[in-house]
Amino acid sequence: MEVKVVRDILEANEVIARQNRDFFAERGIYVLNLMGSPGTGKTSLLERTLERLKGHWRVGVIEGDIATSQDAERIARYGVPTVQINTGGACHLDGNMVRGAFGELDFDQIDLLIVENVGNLVCPAEFRIGEDDKVMILSVTEGEDKPLKYPLMFQVSSALLLNKIDLLPYVDFDLERFRSYALKVNPRLQIMEISCKTGEGLERWIEWLEERASGKRG
Amino acid sequence: MHELSIAQSLLEILEQEAKARGAAKVTRVKLRIGALSGVVREALEFAFEVASGGTVAEGASLEIEEVPVRIRCPRCGVLEQEGPFLVCLRCGEVGVLLSGRELEIDSMEIEDGGQGRQGHP
Repeated sequence: MEVKVVRDILEANEVIARQNRDFFAERGIYVLNLMGSPGTGKTSLLERTLERLKGHWRVGVIEGDIATSQDAERIARYGVPTVQINTGGACHLDGNMVRGAFGELDFDQIDLLIVENVGNLVCPAEFRIGEDDKVMILSVTEGEDKPLKYPLMFQVSSALLLNKIDLLPYVDFDLERFRSYALKVNPRLQIMEISCKTGEGLERWIEWLEERASGKRG
Repeated sequence: MHELSIAQSLLEILEQEAKARGAAKVTRVKLRIGALSGVVREALEFAFEVASGGTVAEGASLEIEEVPVRIRCPRCGVLEQEGPFLVCLRCGEVGVLLSGRELEIDSMEIEDGGQGRQGHP
């Protein structure tokens, strides 16, 4: 006997992500879900961001990795409360994993939470965690065709940070073609060119982030 | 790689739905997967085969309908288009996505678990 079901396969995660969102909203915490490939510069961006937010925002960090706590140790040096989530093989964070870290951070002392997702250009895009914004980072060494090959992450992101632009003279990366691909895939995507190495473009990123987070704080 | 998570979520729903209907077995499942979802069909089929062992859906076949990308363009109307683009490829206007992100169960084929058979010895 065939029976109609019609249910969203990821509905369980959607429910938890909504609960997480409510949890953060009640406390006025802005949550950023930072995604990108391994080696693209997520942790470097986080470090540069923490340096610049210091003294202005009470930041908390959740570090998602398949294994090791190296990134969390790197971040803890900046004096911000940090929790490491090891996914034990899973290629992304989901709502439930993030909720699992709730007991380990004092959310009364945090108004901006940055979640560094597992390095991966596909899977994290499919799972909400209760964030206000998804932001992706891509480096020029990865090639300008990525919006066409991995469109989902570009589509779900509010902003894209194009990192390592100090390497542009050394790589075949067509900036204009990249922008045109990315904006066809997501016309509302905010694209910012940055270099975590030289600091170029980071002011604009921090302005964007502070503006978004201020909206949440009210 | 996240196909395994998706297969596990799918199996949870199948368990719930089968139990609610008193079904002993799920033999076939129809899914609707949008062209814009990040799911690789073969990976999902494999993950489902592995993850379904010992569940109500062990050995069930997966039927996957791929849903194309459709957008509503303010100028050109509703159109189906190739590729992952949210802008209208005819005129360049920003379109509204109508389909392509689906990741849903449509229906399932179940075998009776014995309930409701009273009166038919």
